[in-house]
Amino acid sequence: MSPLKASEAQLFYANLLNRLTLIGFALLVIAFLVYISGLLGSYVPLAQVPSYWTQSSHHYLQSAKITPGWSWLSHLNYGDFMVYIPITILAGVTIVCYLGVIFKFMKTKEYILVGIAILEVLVLSAAASGILQTGGH
Amino acid sequence: MGNQQTYFKRATLVLVMLAAFGLWLWIMGGTALGAANPGGQGSSLPWWAWVIILFVMTFAMGIVAVLGGVGGGVIFVPIVSGFFPFHLDFVRCAGLLVALSGALSAGPGLLRVGMADLRLALPTALIASAASIVGALMGLALPANVVQISLGVTILGIVAIMLLAKKSEYPEVKESDKLAQMLGIHGTYTDFSTHQDVQWKVHRSPIGFGLFVIIGIMAGMFGLGAGWANVPVLNLLMGAPLKVSVATSKFLLSITDTSAAWIYINSGAMLPLIVVPSLIGVMLGSWVGVPILTRTKPTIIRYIVIALLLFAGARALLKGFGI
Repeated sequence: MSPLKASEAQLFYANLLNRLTLIGFALLVIAFLVYISGLLGSYVPLAQVPSYWTQSSHHYLQSAKITPGWSWLSHLNYGDFMVYIPITILAGVTIVCYLGVIFKFMKTKEYILVGIAILEVLVLSAAASGILQTGGH
Repeated sequence: MGNQQTYFKRATLVLVMLAAFGLWLWIMGGTALGAANPGGQGSSLPWWAWVIILFVMTFAMGIVAVLGGVGGGVIFVPIVSGFFPFHLDFVRCAGLLVALSGALSAGPGLLRVGMADLRLALPTALIASAASIVGALMGLALPANVVQISLGVTILGIVAIMLLAKKSEYPEVKESDKLAQMLGIHGTYTDFSTHQDVQWKVHRSPIGFGLFVIIGIMAGMFGLGAGWANVPVLNLLMGAPLKVSVATSKFLLSITDTSAAWIYINSGAMLPLIVVPSLIGVMLGSWVGVPILTRTKPTIIRYIVIALLLFAGARALLKGFGI
């Protein structure tokens, strides 16, 4: 008997990935239109952004007085920070899919894959947490 | 004879367009837009002009990337960092998000038909994503000119890989290694071109997994995506069929680039005015590119991509040296 072309876990991952990605892209377009239309106002005025993008991100954070990491959550009333929501969804999709697939692997008692998936969630969560940053240059 | 003339005319047209594109980028980068001077004063153009220029450019890149069989990130980073005034930090973050978006869009379809394989992706992704965090942290900590020079060297290396690396449609794998057996890395997919079910397995997994440490570091450091390196390792070294390697590599980027992208996002390198037009431009370009793909000669386009990368790699090197 030939193995399944796509396992149940793989199909589950694919479907979840598809849904979340579509939501992320739709929100990205909406959030960006809100941002550039000026409906919400910007934390960093649009006209000033070109003066920051020639410098490093470290310099940008210091000059624009932005705290790195997840501080944008407290500035969601600004259009530029609202764009972070769909970007976070797109960058977070994989973590959610992995969490879902862990249960699928547990159901089929594939414990090595469960272990790998848990480690991956930990790696991605560490990256997403904002703990890992550099001092800039 | 007629065909040869048409071919020659098309090739000439493509070369003229490429030269014009290069000249425009060069003029733009060197003078009006201030791209030759990272950390400089920027340009007098308003923000919205940049959004439009970036969108048009990335739309074209999306088409070229699909036709040339490469990911968006590998073209995006060297060209945008070389010819636009944006600092490399912002370009790398945008490059990772461009590659990530492409992978997220393609992933579900590739997984459903069994071309991309979750079991093959899981261990490689774990290694590459952990390494890409290290790469991203290194990239943000190193001086921009050092990263720019390294990027130039890497891009020229990618050109060499594209020119020299062979591909094997169905590599011969006599026996799976123990690690691959333990992880259950094998599968079957239907090859729609031959209407046959292809069974596959892999070997040399420990060496292959080891190479994903280097691939991950480079992906994170330069924001390139890493399909150019994933495919040769999966296909030539580990023996996965070419289609499985390409599809799994594309899916892998959705995981590898996620971890590196988070580091850049959390370090303030995510500028919506750069990221969003680029992302939408490349995505739309890719959608337009797919139908064109059926009517063009892939070899010509591949050489155009190689020429573009050669040009962009040289530009990155020169920029790194302050020339």
